Amino acid sequence: MFYIYCPYCGEHREEEEFHPKGQAHLARPENPDECTDEEWGNYLYFRDNPRGIHHEIWVHAIGCRKFFNVTRDTQTYEIKESYRMGATPEVTHANDPLS
Amino acid sequence: MTQTNRLNTGGRIDRSQPVTFQFNGQSYQGYRGDTLASALLANGVDVVGRSFKYSRPRGIVAAGAEEPNAVFQLGATEATQVPNVRATQQDIFDGLVAQPTSGWPNLNFDFMGTFSKVFGRMLPPGFYYKTFMFPQAAWETYEKYIRKAAGLGRSPRVKDADTYDHMNQHTDVLIVGAGPTGLAAALSAARAGARVILADEQAEMGGSLLATRDQLDGQAAADWVKATLDELAGYDHVQLLPRSTVNGYHDHNFLTIHQRRTDHLADKAPDNISRQRLHRVRAKWVLLATGAHERPLVYGNNDVPGCMVASAVSTYINQYAVAPGRRLVLMTSNDYAYRTAFDWQDAGREVVAIVDSRHDVSGRYQEEARRRGIKLLLGQGVIEARGNKRVDGAVVAQLDPTGDKVVGGGRVLDCDTIATSGGWSPALHLSCHTGSRPVWDDEVIGFVPGKTVQQQLVAGAVAGTFTLNECLKEGAQKGAEAAALAGFPSQAVKTPSTEHWPEAKPMALFCVPHKKRNSRAPKQFVDFQTDVTAAAIELATREGFESIEHVKRYTAMGFGTDQGKLGNINGMAIAAKSMNKTIPETGTTIFRPNYTPVTFGAIAGRHCRDLFDPMRYSAMHEWHVKQGAEFEDVGQWKRPWYFPKPGETMQQALDRECLATRESVGILDASTLGKIDIQGKDAREFLGRVYTNAWAKLPVGKCRYGLMCHEDGMVFDDGVTSCMGENHFVMTTTTGGAAGVLEWLEFYHQTEWPEMEVYMNTVTDHWATMTIAGPNARKLLSELTDDINLDRDSFKFMDWRQGTVAGVPARVFRISFTGELSYEINVQANYGLHVWEKLFEHGAKYNLTPYGTETMHILRAEKGFIIAGQDTDGSVHPYDLGMSWAVKEDKPYSFIGKRGMKREDCVRDYRKQLVGLKTKDPSIVLPEGAQAVDDPNHPIPVPMLGHITSSYYSANLGRSIALGVVKGGHDRMGETVYYPLTDGRVVEAEICSTIFLDPKGERQNV
Ligand SMILES: [Zn+2]
Repeated sequence: MFYIYCPYCGEHREEEEFHPKGQAHLARPENPDECTDEEWGNYLYFRDNPRGIHHEIWVHAIGCRKFFNVTRDTQTYEIKESYRMGATPEVTHANDPLS
Repeated sequence: MTQTNRLNTGGRIDRSQPVTFQFNGQSYQGYRGDTLASALLANGVDVVGRSFKYSRPRGIVAAGAEEPNAVFQLGATEATQVPNVRATQQDIFDGLVAQPTSGWPNLNFDFMGTFSKVFGRMLPPGFYYKTFMFPQAAWETYEKYIRKAAGLGRSPRVKDADTYDHMNQHTDVLIVGAGPTGLAAALSAARAGARVILADEQAEMGGSLLATRDQLDGQAAADWVKATLDELAGYDHVQLLPRSTVNGYHDHNFLTIHQRRTDHLADKAPDNISRQRLHRVRAKWVLLATGAHERPLVYGNNDVPGCMVASAVSTYINQYAVAPGRRLVLMTSNDYAYRTAFDWQDAGREVVAIVDSRHDVSGRYQEEARRRGIKLLLGQGVIEARGNKRVDGAVVAQLDPTGDKVVGGGRVLDCDTIATSGGWSPALHLSCHTGSRPVWDDEVIGFVPGKTVQQQLVAGAVAGTFTLNECLKEGAQKGAEAAALAGFPSQAVKTPSTEHWPEAKPMALFCVPHKKRNSRAPKQFVDFQTDVTAAAIELATREGFESIEHVKRYTAMGFGTDQGKLGNINGMAIAAKSMNKTIPETGTTIFRPNYTPVTFGAIAGRHCRDLFDPMRYSAMHEWHVKQGAEFEDVGQWKRPWYFPKPGETMQQALDRECLATRESVGILDASTLGKIDIQGKDAREFLGRVYTNAWAKLPVGKCRYGLMCHEDGMVFDDGVTSCMGENHFVMTTTTGGAAGVLEWLEFYHQTEWPEMEVYMNTVTDHWATMTIAGPNARKLLSELTDDINLDRDSFKFMDWRQGTVAGVPARVFRISFTGELSYEINVQANYGLHVWEKLFEHGAKYNLTPYGTETMHILRAEKGFIIAGQDTDGSVHPYDLGMSWAVKEDKPYSFIGKRGMKREDCVRDYRKQLVGLKTKDPSIVLPEGAQAVDDPNHPIPVPMLGHITSSYYSANLGRSIALGVVKGGHDRMGETVYYPLTDGRVVEAEICSTIFLDPKGERQNV
């Protein structure tokens, strides 16, 4: 069971308080109506499945109700960082390719 | 029977407190301080079970968690049955009742025994895999008998008599294991001021120090244990948990500890005490001081009762004052095990010989053996045990220097006990639970914990440090290190020491060769619990199973309730040798939670019965109960389903409720509908983005129905949202969807449109909501309010008004889910029951009839109103539902779902579309889920057109009605489709409008 730092509450809390919401940094296309089916399909359904660093959204569902990002290693389940919506991650696959 | 094997002196048992217990229907006596295993050995009980596959008699081989054979069913009553209890870890108490679980129907004759005798050689490894898995259906038949015969125990057939609980804890340092290493570590960490939990699976803390005759600083080791525990118990920040197994090590240093609080006291826990507790611990740092398990050597017939692990024999003698035999042959590949022979001799029993597989070995231990006059057979091995239900001899032969083959001899030594030691395997199970792979260490001749990402340290035998002095030192050091890492700078405590005898190099020996090759030799057991032999492992490798993970699955090695604690390393060594590989080349060993079996009670804790899941009740719940309502679960809510009168069937009650509502007035408790308060200057624009229809012009005082879709364009929720003020709305959602909708709204606000000024919160529980519906609804409401003008042209359909109802502030919404004149009255939840009762006071003359969810479903289906999640399933968009009127395509912002429902597949012809269906025979109510076909006589596979989503008998219409999806249904009005049912009937139905009653909507506009 994960121990997750909520960047809004400023505390580690038990995983039971959170819901995972999938891959982070997927911006909704600016003009959906101008997307081709393929572009829209990619936005809707296609997700990364990395072995290692993964940026994902969690929500502090039974806490402050804030959505935030988590950088997690999908192999070791280590959480490298939590950061607010709109912020950029410090740990990325590019700078931590071995984990 | 008497305790024939009990020693007159020594041990940690209390001879003044005799304890009487039952095993296998027979009564025995032991002493307080005995485990079930030590007491059975004291009583000379040799056979404690029958083996899984070959039905061979089995005895106790170990003294701890690694015991594979003495695994019993406990319980004096049906309600207190517990399976899979290791006799080595269960204290005896007066009245304890234990049964062997293997060997059904009894120890002397059993199903599998007969089976394997009859079919003899037809039971090679992989037999179950090959035979019973196919066909699947047959497996289900076999499984029942095999499980029973396999000795897996059973759960109680009646309600558990005990309670269990959970405790959530945080700690700075969790130390697992209270042997010398763990105790020293705890002292260091505790003195540094760190919060410490020290957990140990045995009844008494001290581990090997309880069974050693080594002295520490010239005093009995047990004295140091006592002084240490006394000091630790004196610290407020230290928690000592004996009888507590750390059974799982989970991500981010979360560990579960299974504490057996009363299992040593009685069959059932004393009143008001939970029998077991699961500690859920988040530890800053974990120190594993879990020790090691001694490996038995593998040799022919090594499962005959009387064959034991060497250190277990010493433990029984020194800790429990039980010498489990008379004449011992000790076989070892290392010096340390010589101690067992010395313990045996000092207990006044005869050591027949020490058989040491090493050729050239001389040192302190050998000197001591000679000094004691013990026969020392070097370069030899016990290749075979003799005996049936008890060892009566050991066949000893000369080995070559590498231990690969027998080079001569083969004489029989007369003995009743064979103790063996192949060295020690670090008990690294917990370190594996989070995915860390152990690494092989040639010095240790075993696996040690590998790299981990957890905040975990290891010390002592689990780390391959075996001598007592070093364990104490390392424990003290690592305990201090753990405390320091957790933020408590500290120093290692000074530890006592003992005189150390230097040990000669041990030999890496796992399976003692036989004169015959393994496949012809007497069975050489590797895993006792699953009856896996050396020959079976060799066969697996010959059949091409090269990875140890495959070998394990093929042979079932390690798949028992003991997880192969004794046998896995031996098995790997045998597999490696037969493939001419090294052990690390064949792979590594991995263990998963739980370390030892955990009761379901402990896992469930208090989360059972009434507390299994939260239940939500409306403010009027008690009234419903008093009226005899039947309830249904909607999410966590208990909603009235229908209100039967005495003697009524369900259908009769529904007919009455439906008719009364349309004829006069009915009332529904709608409090459970989700309500979300939405405010902010961008609230209106926000609604326009999350709903498919228009919100820009909805005036204050008005309500509007809306559909919600996901980005894929598929409907997932719906409801009415009302404009309370220019920047203030109240949204309603389905009962079950409320939490999900709020999270979804927040998701879009926080991640996509953080610039919007909009705030939302759930207010579901703040309001009690009652819907009165029917031609007399206005008359009834007018009697309870004098400040709301109910005039039809003033308070119109889809308006809402603020006012007073039954003397309390209320919001009244004129909306309708029945198609009748209808008002939804919302009052502060605490006033709910009051207003509800007032309505009934005044409603009696109108035959005000309470109705539940089922009548609500029927009345709305008569009007063709959908229920999201029933008539939709995530593959249905608004156009499929015929609700294009609820989609406003020209909104400036591309609302959620808009692009999705324009995808190629969403705009094609012949999609499944929602239609009404009338059966040709009006009395037949189609089952929901029934599949439509055009031609019921079409050869299989029959093209399927869609399914029934809602189906009821409508008393108002005097016939059945149904909603369902049919391919291209909107263009097939009046056509016939067929529903073949599982009972063979084929029901003919006509496609029609979804609106069965009042198609012009006149009833609600009165
Ligand atoms: Zn938070």
